Amino acid sequence: MSQDPAIAGLTGAVIHDEVVAARAPWSQAVRRGQTLRIVDLEGNQAVDFLVYSLADDAERYSAQDTIAAQQNIFLRTGTVLRSNEGAAMMTIVGTSVAYHDTIGGACSCESNTLRYGHHTKAQHACVDNFLLANAQYGRTKRDMVSNINWFMNVPVEADGALGIVDGISAPGLHVDLRAEMDVVVVVSNCPQINNPCNGFNPTPVRMIIVA
Amino acid sequence: MTGPATANPAGARDHARAMAGTRVEAMPTIPATTAIDLPAGVAPETVVWDETLAAGGYASRQLNRGARLRLVDAHGDACVSMLLFNAERPVERLNVADTLKVQWNAYLGPGRLILSDMGRVMLSVLEDTAEGHDAFCGASNAVANARRYGDGFNHGAHPNARDRFVIALAKYGLGRKDVHPCINWFKPVTIDEDGATRLDVGPFAPGRQLTLRAEMDLIVVLANCPHVLDPRVDYAVTPVRATAWRGPVTSEDDRIRSATPEGLRAFLNVEDYFRR
Repeated sequence: MSQDPAIAGLTGAVIHDEVVAARAPWSQAVRRGQTLRIVDLEGNQAVDFLVYSLADDAERYSAQDTIAAQQNIFLRTGTVLRSNEGAAMMTIVGTSVAYHDTIGGACSCESNTLRYGHHTKAQHACVDNFLLANAQYGRTKRDMVSNINWFMNVPVEADGALGIVDGISAPGLHVDLRAEMDVVVVVSNCPQINNPCNGFNPTPVRMIIVA
Repeated sequence: MTGPATANPAGARDHARAMAGTRVEAMPTIPATTAIDLPAGVAPETVVWDETLAAGGYASRQLNRGARLRLVDAHGDACVSMLLFNAERPVERLNVADTLKVQWNAYLGPGRLILSDMGRVMLSVLEDTAEGHDAFCGASNAVANARRYGDGFNHGAHPNARDRFVIALAKYGLGRKDVHPCINWFKPVTIDEDGATRLDVGPFAPGRQLTLRAEMDLIVVLANCPHVLDPRVDYAVTPVRATAWRGPVTSEDDRIRSATPEGLRAFLNVEDYFRR
């Protein structure tokens, strides 16, 4: 019935559909079997992303376990997001972007001072978003771990050179994540303005959950 | 089995006391100032920690700012997974992503800094004779070890690094939520152009070593378990020796401190933290 291209290819009933404003945090439970679609509405908008087990939030996304399990740093269709205890949390069941990042981490007020200078300390940052979003569940800074950056491009060159470079996403591209356990997803729609991760211009993203 | 010698407390006491003086490879040197085979120029009275970790073993230690920590891969097959905390305020900890991103490089080696999640330097790599290290693959866990070795129980023959971390942290009042992404020293992992990880498990020459400098007061947690991607059928890992001694706080003319603008700001931030 709907002609909305943002939900093309999704099967099941839409149970949540929300646009997350530029620079904003967002959090939502996703039950086992449900699929979360993240749509990069205007293109090259990094979406910093953490996942916790709904039943036991000491079990959470682990970038290192995810990398080790697939022996690859890039997140692509088929990648299983692993917990710190080796369990499957979510699976990338489809994405229209070639690959996504999980080695770049989240920007913070503190790391911005190293990367760009102390004049950036007062700017918005993803870690602040994560801390605030997690605080409503009683989670604290101890719950911060290495995250995923959807739609962000962090290549590693032969000599080890690594950096956040121009994105490979575009308006309307998406990633679909099927929950393999009951989880809570916590997002920072990245407010960074000092590097190309958001094209130097943070923009909204859309979150659609189907059951 | 116990015999008549341990049938009463006095006998049991004598039996227990007779063990004193036993030497094994994996044990601490107490007092640490009696440690031998120290680096040239290190006075024995400055040694604050000397301990050999078993294959599959773990240890933790609080080190003061300025302390040097030497890790020696005594037999060439160590894999030392490391967690780091600000000893004064352990909610500040190692951030592997920031460590790589801020230094614009994926590989650890001489001159590199290990950064916290608060924009401060925790460790500097002073000397490093290893072939490389791993900041990507993380700690082994019970599931991974069970898949590889049949079981991964901490109480069995194939303990996993994550359980070792959980136990070590519990002794500081820290818990599962404090096990953060780690560094694996002595087992090089490089990244191919397509993103694939490439692990080199050796064999390496015995005696490879690493000297690190504490740039803040730290809790250092080490687990010496086979790398999570080690393809060998056997639980292959060998003991590692950790030795630490007191040293001066990094001076303003230190070459590592000012090697890059990002690193210099990490030192400026830690110096600012101690300005009190």
